Amino acid sequence: MLKVENIDVFYGDLQVLWDVSFEVKEGETVALVGANGAGKSTIIKTISGLNRPANGSIRFLDLHLDKIPSHKIIEHGIAHVPEGRRLFPEMTVRENLIMGSLCPRAKAKRDETMEWVFGLFPRLREREKQLTGTLSGGEQQMVAVGRGLMALPKLIMFDEPSLGLAPILVAEIFKIIQRIRQEGVTVLIVEQNTKQTLEICDRGYVLENGRILLSGTGQELLNNDHIKQAYLGI
Amino acid sequence: MTVFFQTLVSGILIGGIYALIGMGMTLIMGVMGIINLAHGQLMMVAMYITFVAYTFFHLDPYLSLFVAMPCLFFLGVAIQKFLLNPLMEVETIIPQNQVLMTVGIAIVLTEIARFIFSSTYRSVTTSYTGKVFFLGGISFNVAMTVAFLFAVTLTIVLFWFLLKTDLGRSIRATAQDKEAAILMGVNSRRITIITYGLGAALVASAGSLLIPIFYLFPDIGRPFTTKAFVITILGGMGSTVGAIFGGLTLGIAESMGATYIGMSYKEMVGLIIFLLVLIFLPGGLKRLTKV
Repeated sequence: MLKVENIDVFYGDLQVLWDVSFEVKEGETVALVGANGAGKSTIIKTISGLNRPANGSIRFLDLHLDKIPSHKIIEHGIAHVPEGRRLFPEMTVRENLIMGSLCPRAKAKRDETMEWVFGLFPRLREREKQLTGTLSGGEQQMVAVGRGLMALPKLIMFDEPSLGLAPILVAEIFKIIQRIRQEGVTVLIVEQNTKQTLEICDRGYVLENGRILLSGTGQELLNNDHIKQAYLGI
Repeated sequence: MTVFFQTLVSGILIGGIYALIGMGMTLIMGVMGIINLAHGQLMMVAMYITFVAYTFFHLDPYLSLFVAMPCLFFLGVAIQKFLLNPLMEVETIIPQNQVLMTVGIAIVLTEIARFIFSSTYRSVTTSYTGKVFFLGGISFNVAMTVAFLFAVTLTIVLFWFLLKTDLGRSIRATAQDKEAAILMGVNSRRITIITYGLGAALVASAGSLLIPIFYLFPDIGRPFTTKAFVITILGGMGSTVGAIFGGLTLGIAESMGATYIGMSYKEMVGLIIFLLVLIFLPGGLKRLTKV
């Protein structure tokens, strides 16, 4: 479904991704794990068109994503739940959700989708008219996920969804991600929280210093000696 | 006491129009993060359009609102598209290039107006110029009152647009978090163009509404650019609600200053308030209301 082939990405003169290739198949949950600064977020931002690869290609279904302007990518069914949530703080929960459904395909089903999102997160229905800047971190993350789902995506990408959340909320977010997957949405997740992420994903890729170091199923990676040593501290 | 209320009423009436000027400025500031130092000059252009429409086509200034606003919208669109946006592409030593460009635009607009109309003071004398009516012992200038009602209506329409339409929400979203807005499918370049057009149209409406009251000459833009700047700082940069309060505050302050201190100190009172806000309430009224 999503095929990233040999991309190199630069910030100015600084190369941050070297020859990165991976793929996400329809219905899968795929994880990109790695330490801070490994280039995980850069990959997601490149898929969303916020960065452009200097070499290589990114294909989604039969589209060349690297040639599409960033604001048009969501129309093709890719939602990006950004790192740090990036909500619109002076808008209500409802308005933030509406902002997720601007493209015509999603707009046509806006009310229906919103009911579905409120079903997933009953808490948000209670807070519907509250400004998102005043919500707790966990609630804000729910809005961010809900806003992504409002686009009715075929592929949803999460960038560090557990960042800054208490362990109990982290568990809840992971549960929700599994639920989204059961609804038939393909998931690409970027995380530092290696163990929990590998437990819920089908396949994972390990990123170090801007290069893909390892890949395999979630279980394989959990049992890998390098992973155990470097990430799980076992 | 009557004098006080009379002063207050005049202040509120002019303040409503100042609010229109300030809201246009604050929208542009919110979305692009720049101060539009050509704001008053755009109003001057709208005033000349209204003047021409009245002199040659006998169009009532309140009707030429519907001519001046679209004209200035398209002028604003062109300015943003061809003069301001290209500057975003250029890597610069100073990031405020766009602000400098607006200063240039202001000068060019003023000198074009001087070239066409000369520096002569012009005025539009309508049947209601100078007419007043009384309500509870307080006199209301007819032109000012009508202008105020127009201003209130336009403000309501603007808020409806910003709060209830997808385009309006996209403008607010871009101002709050541009990158996130792009991820949601907002074409941020198009939004900057529409916002500048909208800001220009709002200040154009103020121009048409003020023309039965003010003399018109090419340099009238500059003091209004200053006023727009003061209102925006008073209200808190980027806050439309703040701009309404900023506009009213400035209107009342000027009116009070004119009555109790002296007509010639009118402008000074506004600027003193401006300084006090910068020192004691940086962030403006927005800091108090949080909207």
